Amino acid sequence: MTAATMSATPEEAEDGLSAPDSRARSWRQVIRLGLIGGVVGLFLCLVGIVPTFDPRALVAGLISLGETALVGLGLTVGYLAATRAPGGQPQALAGAALAGVLTGALLSLLVVLGSVLDLRAVAIFASPATYAILTFKLGTAGAWIPTVEMAILGALGGGVALLPGRLRRAVIASLVGLVVIGLFASLIRTPLRTNPVSDAIGRFLFAQEGLTLPGAVVTVIAVVAWQLLRPASRVRRRLAALPEQRRRTLTVPALILGILFVLWLPQGVGNFFAFVVATVTLYVLMGFGLNITLGLAGLLDLGFVAFFAVGAYTVGLLTAPGEFGIAHWSFWAAVPVAIILAMLFGAFLGLPILGIRGDYLAIATLGFGEIIRQLAGSDLLKGLLGGPRGITSVPKPIEVPPDSFLAGPLQIYYIALVCAVIVAFIAIRLRDSRIGRAWVAIREDEDVAEALGINLVQTKLLAYMLGAAFAGLGGALFVGLQGAIISSSINLFVSINVAAIIIVGGMGSIPGVVVGSIFLIGIPELFREFSEYRFLFYGVALMAMMIYRPGGLLPSTIAKRELHVPDAVEPGDPSAVPAAAVQA
Amino acid sequence: MADSPLVVAQGVTKRFGGLIAVNKLDFTLEQGAIASVIGPNGAGKTTFFNCIAGFYKIDDGEITFDGQSIKALRRDQISRLGIGRTYQNIRLFANMTAMENLLVGQHQNLHASWIGAVIGLGSVRREEKLAHDEARRLLRYIGLQGRGDTLASNLPYGDQRRLEVARALAAKPRLLLLDEPTAGMNPAEQGQMTDFVRRLRDELGITILLIEHAMRVVMGISEKITVLDHGEKIAEGPPEVIQSDPRVIEAYLGRGSTSDPAPSPRPALAAADAAPPPSGG
Repeated sequence: MTAATMSATPEEAEDGLSAPDSRARSWRQVIRLGLIGGVVGLFLCLVGIVPTFDPRALVAGLISLGETALVGLGLTVGYLAATRAPGGQPQALAGAALAGVLTGALLSLLVVLGSVLDLRAVAIFASPATYAILTFKLGTAGAWIPTVEMAILGALGGGVALLPGRLRRAVIASLVGLVVIGLFASLIRTPLRTNPVSDAIGRFLFAQEGLTLPGAVVTVIAVVAWQLLRPASRVRRRLAALPEQRRRTLTVPALILGILFVLWLPQGVGNFFAFVVATVTLYVLMGFGLNITLGLAGLLDLGFVAFFAVGAYTVGLLTAPGEFGIAHWSFWAAVPVAIILAMLFGAFLGLPILGIRGDYLAIATLGFGEIIRQLAGSDLLKGLLGGPRGITSVPKPIEVPPDSFLAGPLQIYYIALVCAVIVAFIAIRLRDSRIGRAWVAIREDEDVAEALGINLVQTKLLAYMLGAAFAGLGGALFVGLQGAIISSSINLFVSINVAAIIIVGGMGSIPGVVVGSIFLIGIPELFREFSEYRFLFYGVALMAMMIYRPGGLLPSTIAKRELHVPDAVEPGDPSAVPAAAVQA
Repeated sequence: MADSPLVVAQGVTKRFGGLIAVNKLDFTLEQGAIASVIGPNGAGKTTFFNCIAGFYKIDDGEITFDGQSIKALRRDQISRLGIGRTYQNIRLFANMTAMENLLVGQHQNLHASWIGAVIGLGSVRREEKLAHDEARRLLRYIGLQGRGDTLASNLPYGDQRRLEVARALAAKPRLLLLDEPTAGMNPAEQGQMTDFVRRLRDELGITILLIEHAMRVVMGISEKITVLDHGEKIAEGPPEVIQSDPRVIEAYLGRGSTSDPAPSPRPALAAADAAPPPSGG
């Protein structure tokens, strides 16, 4: 979609002379947009996103999540079509409606076809339930409904596109805000339950699922007001106007507030949320670890789960009281052993394979991860590791009475938080040291790095072992969080998740790891109803990242510079020519 | 030891499959000398460099540096003995700053362990500070003061060349191998680079071996020139002798005019200054 528009826009400008030509092209684009929208709509229906999300209400009694997907599609298609359509406002609106009609027509076609043929043999979601959503429960008789519905939505979307700038932004923001608040409704409501007044507010704004109608109205008003008044940018401008000294004194309380918020966060929002936050923190910690191996030294290690497993099983074996427990140690005595074992394991696996470069290293480490996974669940080690049933009833790190606030996942959250801060500290110190520079040099050019006296094996092995150690720590805490280690927890997705966190967050960037974990671990964990489509969204998010933000969400300074167009070499500078040639 | 040669190569042979890139080469380099290796494209000059620096393992023969055999050593071990190098195609760490490049260059002279770095020992901090001072001193030495935070790939070409030399200097080498240090430079820049290289020897006492195509540079700077063709040494001696050696002229102009119908891309000795340097070699 975007590629087409980007290539077409300059053409249009060039073809200013032949107006009918460019007009025809614009209409063609509108048609294409409508058809693409239709295909996306079919996709949403046939992979089951629309029917699966349908039971979940966004605004109670008004609109479900499945319908939201379709409405969003119609509005987006209309909006985009209106910006492409030629001529004045009427044409733009007509274009938007036309694109909507095309999108809807494909959906109508699905309903009609579905009544004649049994499409379920191909796509199990081509069911009457799906058609009922598309046709407001009319079934085949309402096959015309999607077309009309999408035409109206397209026109509405086009109308939004024609609004003046500020208003347009306000409308878009309020729609997005509605969806976000609706999705997070139960989360926001939980802390409100603590006292009767806030509970009453909560009941007014939120239904059992999603927002209430008044809640939706309040949300829209709040977002629009925010957009129009822009308090955030005002505060920022105010801050920028302050003298340096004052600003610095303000950062300290802001920092303290931030820390208090992070500490309070899982406590206020309930046990499930605490579990999610603890998991996110665990991944942050492991992300920091892999950031050394992958982000700094550039070693694409996809066998991270192997060391995670070593840490997890070590703690399980050393602390569990049951049949597999071998030592009955306390958690705290077991963790250092787990870290050291994981590190030794890293050395053991790393030594033979660190001579392998780039992609091949990824495959080799992937293989190791799989070997460990198979071993963990195998009959061979069943007597030792418990096979698929694993080692259960691992004691919590801190034994507290069951009614204490530390009884749940919260204590792991706090422990993981402290560990993550320590790991981040270690990572930053190393990054700024001789060792960190050697890692980056190896990432940049291994041969040259070695010719400058850097021992490749030693240096790479250190990166690998440190990554392994932090993976082991992650595994140990994971056992503390789950209270058990079962072989199905040891899977490839642990490795892939951690690697994806770093790629999405930004290679080598410490804040990037935090943001990446929240996006890739926290959000999917929160929306369990999406679990079927977790990896679909994952894939879409990764592709979008690679296209629009190849450096990650919060790229490190080096990555930022990498992507920055060099400006020091002037185009007119004669010496620039051989430089470019030499580097190419 | 001052009188014994720094580098002695005997019968060095390097084959790539059926191709003999360097054939039974004997070569000596005196302490504190500035010497050049020249020859037409594909003569085996860079291969010979790569053999000394440990990028290639030699198939036959022996190379000693300061009396010690280096043919079985890894690149990092060779670097630690005191051999630094630059590359025909600049190979800076493009996504590191000039400063960081120079800090990596000092790697082998720094001693901080990873645990020391994590704890932030006083000795590690002092060492880091000295390393930064040294890097700034090197930046000044190559005229890049104040440009330390510039990304290496964003520096102008000539500065990149000099930065690469400085990165090699940061390791405090006794022998510096410069692979076409003036490639792609105009005559004025070539002159500056020649002066710079001479200063390295005169002020820092570094022995220098270079591969060079620009004849004016070669003739102006070298105390000894070794000419390679097809992996074999065809002449050796001071510039005056090399300039008039018939075999050298033949190697550069082509053997007779019968076997080579296309005009040779190899620059003739006289024309070499003006012509852009051919790549490869």
